[in-house]
Amino acid sequence: MDAVSRNNVKVTGPVDGPVVMLAHGFGCDQNMWRLVVPQLVEHFRVVLFDYVGSGNADPSAWNRERYSSLEGYADDVLEICDQLDLTDVVFVGHSVSAMVGVLAAARRPHRFAKLIMVAPSPCYIDDPATGYTGGFTAGDIDELLESLDSNYLGWSGAMAPVIMGNPDRPELGQELTNSFCATDPVMASVFAHTTFHSDSRADLASVAVPTLVLECSQDVIAPREAGAFVHAAIPGSRLVTLDATGHCPQLSAPQATGTAIMEFAGAAR
Amino acid sequence: MCGTADGEHERETGHDSVEEAERAQFSALLEDSAEDLYEHAPCGYLSTMLDGQIAKVNTTLLDWLGYTRDQLVGRRRFADLLTVGGKLYHETHFAPLLAMQGHLSGIALELRAADGSRLPVLVTSTVKTGSDGQPLLIRTTLFDARDRRAYEQELLRARKSAEQAQSQAETAHQEAETERARLQQVVAILQKSLLPPQLPQVPGLDAASYYHPASVDEIGGDFYDLFALAGGRWGFFLGDVCGKGPEAASATSLIRYTLRAAFLADSDPVQALATVHAALHERYAGEDPRYCTAIAGTLTPRPDGIAVTLAGGGHPSALLLRADGTAEFLPTPGGTLVGILPRPHFSTAHTLLGPGDTMLLYTDGLTEARTQAGPRYSEEDLHTFAAALAPAGAAATINALQGLLESFGAGLDDDTALLALGVPAANTIEGAAG
Repeated sequence: MDAVSRNNVKVTGPVDGPVVMLAHGFGCDQNMWRLVVPQLVEHFRVVLFDYVGSGNADPSAWNRERYSSLEGYADDVLEICDQLDLTDVVFVGHSVSAMVGVLAAARRPHRFAKLIMVAPSPCYIDDPATGYTGGFTAGDIDELLESLDSNYLGWSGAMAPVIMGNPDRPELGQELTNSFCATDPVMASVFAHTTFHSDSRADLASVAVPTLVLECSQDVIAPREAGAFVHAAIPGSRLVTLDATGHCPQLSAPQATGTAIMEFAGAAR
Repeated sequence: MCGTADGEHERETGHDSVEEAERAQFSALLEDSAEDLYEHAPCGYLSTMLDGQIAKVNTTLLDWLGYTRDQLVGRRRFADLLTVGGKLYHETHFAPLLAMQGHLSGIALELRAADGSRLPVLVTSTVKTGSDGQPLLIRTTLFDARDRRAYEQELLRARKSAEQAQSQAETAHQEAETERARLQQVVAILQKSLLPPQLPQVPGLDAASYYHPASVDEIGGDFYDLFALAGGRWGFFLGDVCGKGPEAASATSLIRYTLRAAFLADSDPVQALATVHAALHERYAGEDPRYCTAIAGTLTPRPDGIAVTLAGGGHPSALLLRADGTAEFLPTPGGTLVGILPRPHFSTAHTLLGPGDTMLLYTDGLTEARTQAGPRYSEEDLHTFAAALAPAGAAATINALQGLLESFGAGLDDDTALLALGVPAANTIEGAAG
């Protein structure tokens, strides 16, 4: 199995630089990192990829069962690491990928040196029984899935050949408005289900590598309570709150996000 | 001329004044447009800072939402106007795409009005950049999409029910396939029960048989058997019940066991067929009549070979392949169908199978098969085939006929049973095959 081509892996930066692996969350693909990559490639070997079911990963490799659990996404990460034989990886996971990083590091501890969790939430749904605040109710998550469905109609069948990679029809790429983050609606729906119904709170205690929690000051998806929970659950972790609005600081505050990643990734272990 | 000129002048003046009035009217419209078009356009306008903070909003949108300008400008972000699902979609899809592409169009979202009601809209946003290319603010237009959303929801509902129907159809198809496989298994087992599992070893006789079912889904009505009688004699029969399926199978079973029992009571083949006739007549009286054609007979070993006595009831004649390389039919003329006529008649025939002689019994699946060339195979064709084949032992005869049947391909559309009984040639050793 060729994980590198399956997951559309792109490796840039100095060959001997420390490895930083950037993992996108639900909703987009490796393009999410495009504003911080120029900063990082000066010092780091940067590994970018798309999860199967997102971006330009091979859609034929997708199956519902595997990608209905975060372990399936961790499999993608580990299979890339194994194929490239990456060690001392600084894994930067955005949103749900922060929890994918926790699972991956627990399964192959020798490959991972540090975790950087960007806008993480271990559980999106409130849990009144334990007083946990995720910010959403189960009904809210259903609404998101409805929103996905509503915009399914905007996702035209013409997108499919582009996602599949269709070099003999280059005109398709130009006709499309949203050429970034194009996703098959069925796969996106499964990823959304998996993401927003996940509960990784119990996994956090397993984290044994230095960890940075990078949260945004105003994040609709990952509230400050979630960041505080992660920070408290991972002993010795650092919590940095970026003065950024929204759930994607790598887009809304790329400079500050890049700097925070560089400082933590480059710092002596 | 003056008068004319004046008249023309007047007319010109009149023309000018009409034009001026139109121009004034038009310019009044134009003067009104910029501000008024913005405020009362048939769509909502929204300008936000890059972090989503609302900087400017038009009256149309305020009216839709039921907010005052002061409640929104500088106080709320665009995402605050969305339903929770919309907020999640905004954060995971809308905002990232807008940041990357600088524009985004036709996104379906729902606004939450001041009174809590929902307003489906189609949203288009563009990032306005300064002269240095740096993004400054986001301009957004929102179109009322209530009707369109209702229509789209119908489409989604239709898609979902189509998907559901398809998956149900697939499940049903799979179940049907499983059921069919199970039925075929039952048919195969039942079919086997109507035929001897293997032919018995008869001293001084080679026997071989072949059965070709026309369908794996239906039990055929052809049958045959070879079994020991008292006094070193043997009984045999081969026949064809009209029809297919469970009823034919049930009749076949009745015929088979009646024939065997009749032979044990009285080894006269005519009497055996008469007993079957009576059984069929009694069993199927009044309802859906069942009948068959059959040849039944006895084999009596003699020093010079095996003596054959057989009786025929409406069945194709047995075919003899002689050791001298000739072939001949052994007719039982006048034999009637078994089980249908009030007074049946079965006629008898006798022959002696010497060393190297083989007797072939067959059903009309063979002689009525459609040949590749078009016309049906016939008894004459079979005779020609047998004459070319003779002399041949039982197994060789069955093998050759099996090849012939296969050459018919799809033309072989009925069940076909073959039974060959032969006395080994003096110097050949041929085991019984089945």
